[in-house]
Amino acid sequence: MPTNPRRASPPATPPTATSRPAAGAVQQATTSRVGVRKTYKLFVGGAFPRSESGRSYAVSSAAGDFLANAALASRKDVRDAVKAARAAVSPWAGATAYNRGQILYRIAEMLEGRRAQFADEVRAGEGLGKSAAETAVDAAIDRWIWYAGWSDKVAQIYGNANPVAGPFFNLTTPEPTGVVGVVAPAESSLLGLVSVIAPVIVTGNTSVVLASETRPLPSITLAEVLATSDLPGGVVNLLTGRVAETGPWLASHMDVNAIDLGGVADPALGTQMEVAAAENLKRVIRPRGGEDWSAEPGLDRLLAFLEPKTVWHPKGL
Amino acid sequence: MPAFEYAPAPESRSIVDIRSSYGLFINGTFVDTSSGGSRKTVNPATEEVLAEVAEAGEADVDAAVGAARHGYENVWGPMRGADRAKYLYRLARIVQERARELAVLESIDNGKPIRESRDVDIPLVAAHFFYYAGWADKLQHAGFGAIPRPIGVAGQVIPWNFPLLMLAWKIAPALAAGNTVVLKPAETTPLTALAFADICQQADLPPGVVNIITGGGETGRLLVEHPDVDKVAFTGSTEVGRAIAKSIAGTKKRLTLELGGKAANIVFDDAPIDQAVEGIVNGIFFNQGHVCCAGSRLLVQESIAEPLLARLKHRMATLRVGDPLDKNTDIGAINSAAQLERIRELSAAGESEGADRWSPPCELPDRGFWFAPTLFTGVSQAHRIAREEIFGPVLSVLTFRTPAEAVEKANNSPYGLSAGVWTDKGSRILAIADQLRAGVVWANTFNKFDPSSPFGGYKESGYGREGGRHGLEAYLAH
Repeated sequence: MPTNPRRASPPATPPTATSRPAAGAVQQATTSRVGVRKTYKLFVGGAFPRSESGRSYAVSSAAGDFLANAALASRKDVRDAVKAARAAVSPWAGATAYNRGQILYRIAEMLEGRRAQFADEVRAGEGLGKSAAETAVDAAIDRWIWYAGWSDKVAQIYGNANPVAGPFFNLTTPEPTGVVGVVAPAESSLLGLVSVIAPVIVTGNTSVVLASETRPLPSITLAEVLATSDLPGGVVNLLTGRVAETGPWLASHMDVNAIDLGGVADPALGTQMEVAAAENLKRVIRPRGGEDWSAEPGLDRLLAFLEPKTVWHPKGL
Repeated sequence: MPAFEYAPAPESRSIVDIRSSYGLFINGTFVDTSSGGSRKTVNPATEEVLAEVAEAGEADVDAAVGAARHGYENVWGPMRGADRAKYLYRLARIVQERARELAVLESIDNGKPIRESRDVDIPLVAAHFFYYAGWADKLQHAGFGAIPRPIGVAGQVIPWNFPLLMLAWKIAPALAAGNTVVLKPAETTPLTALAFADICQQADLPPGVVNIITGGGETGRLLVEHPDVDKVAFTGSTEVGRAIAKSIAGTKKRLTLELGGKAANIVFDDAPIDQAVEGIVNGIFFNQGHVCCAGSRLLVQESIAEPLLARLKHRMATLRVGDPLDKNTDIGAINSAAQLERIRELSAAGESEGADRWSPPCELPDRGFWFAPTLFTGVSQAHRIAREEIFGPVLSVLTFRTPAEAVEKANNSPYGLSAGVWTDKGSRILAIADQLRAGVVWANTFNKFDPSSPFGGYKESGYGREGGRHGLEAYLAH
């Protein structure tokens, strides 16, 4: 694993509903200790770099309070992330399905241990009540487990032995398509995020994920979970910033094999990205509005980034 | 070895009855175009004009899509699966009954040898309809949802290399799943699709379920971009596929694309050489090399390159090029003047970029479009003939030393439709097949097709699968 500046301590308690000054000041007033705040950076190739552009943007809570400065990813960050994702394809796709399943399960374990932290972050970012935030976090944890189990079953439901009319062995097996770009949902900052990453990587794809622009903080905290779950660096790369800026670069990148535009809210941007994606015939999930992330997912996202490969061999003595 | 002369053995063309002109098949009947445009289709082996074929314009496309919509909503969509199945079985049976006629017609319009149209194309057409007929009342068991629904009206555009077979690949799964179709055959090979319209009439297929409109690229564009088309399926060049993907961006249309290829055919030093040579020949010279999955890049292990090439050349010298209707013909006519020009241009580029060109002594007919089977050695990965799809009887030979190098070279292409691997070692076959980025891998065989076997590409060879259970997915809503 890379040498990450690991953020073991939880972030300052998010503000509840009060106005500025926010977290740090509140804590300072009620305790003698000054809180240690977290620097939210990108997650690329298993490391946590700042944007190479040196840019950041202020992220506010649902109530409008300042939460943190998130990295504002640049075109170069997109390219670095794609490069890291490409390098990770061979080892990750080549890992056994059993191994990938265990790693996804491990992610759920790590997430479970930081349940409270995520509930706080989701609550602050999405403006949910305590129990609604906890429900979303629990569902996100359970979603990893649901997808973990698919790792060694998807080939059994999507593969096929084909009874061709001749003396041939003929077997169809799904394989990962490669590097998948993902535009995460804007609203559901953890459950939605997990619901679009897990189906991509469980089958052996790697990903470059554009986090929710307005609610990016849980994605970087999730990156800390991913970095400590034996997930090889580069399998998930997370970029925070402006989707309208980074999205078209990701969609037009010629070393990306597929793209999930489900999280693109602006129809014109979605169409622009779909046109860009056609240049190298990326597999595309189109923008979809109003997905219910709490419902059990179907197989759409799991199957969208698979390539059925059919191998023939003659039978003979 | 003594060379035996073959006596000509032409298949009679009296079995086909080609009309002087054809209209469009819309809503169950042949109609004239409203635009009045037409184009000629020629026999590529003789350049003889076979028929005048209508050129569908905007109003015609609109009428065809409207007929398909009406047929979908009122007849075919609501019909019981078991009844749709019976219509598809009828189509399969009539194709079998008229198999010889269709084979001759295909060879006349396309230029492919009668041996292939008779033994490969047409039997596979019937098999395809027979296979998907059986799915029509079993869709809930296909694994694409408990209550699978059709998508609606499918706009389908197919190429000229396997005219009727590509029609079957498109129409059979679409109809089985409950969709209706508007299909545009290629402009140089419309005749078997028009014969299929006649078969639909013989089968009493309800009007509007299958509509056949003829024309060129503009007609195809009008069909694909028609706002009332729900599903687009295209087989053809990557360039056009890319344009289609762009044109439907931002719509709700579903799309599957089966595009170009530059397949590697990898021969290891322990391969059964005689079988491999047959496989190489079949891989690149089948259908004049007008095959998207053709084994156009031969990757041969360095240690056996010399003896293998000697045997390959010897075998190539026995290939008989000529009259497509002669039962002894191995290689027929190039489909069109334009395609011949492209093959010539790329072959010239192969020479000018420094590869060594070889063809067996080969007498070509005076009239028609012909190209001798051709081999290039000394090819580097940078050469155009190693990168671009030639779509003709031209084989580029490269060598490798290690399995890793073979995989690296095989995958070094924006395409990923098919690949071949020849070796006697089972574990090597499986390991190499795992690493090849291609939708179909033929091990110790090549260019095998079956309706139950999914076919389709990785990367810029397109997306979606045709054939098998997977082929239904493209025509079911989800």
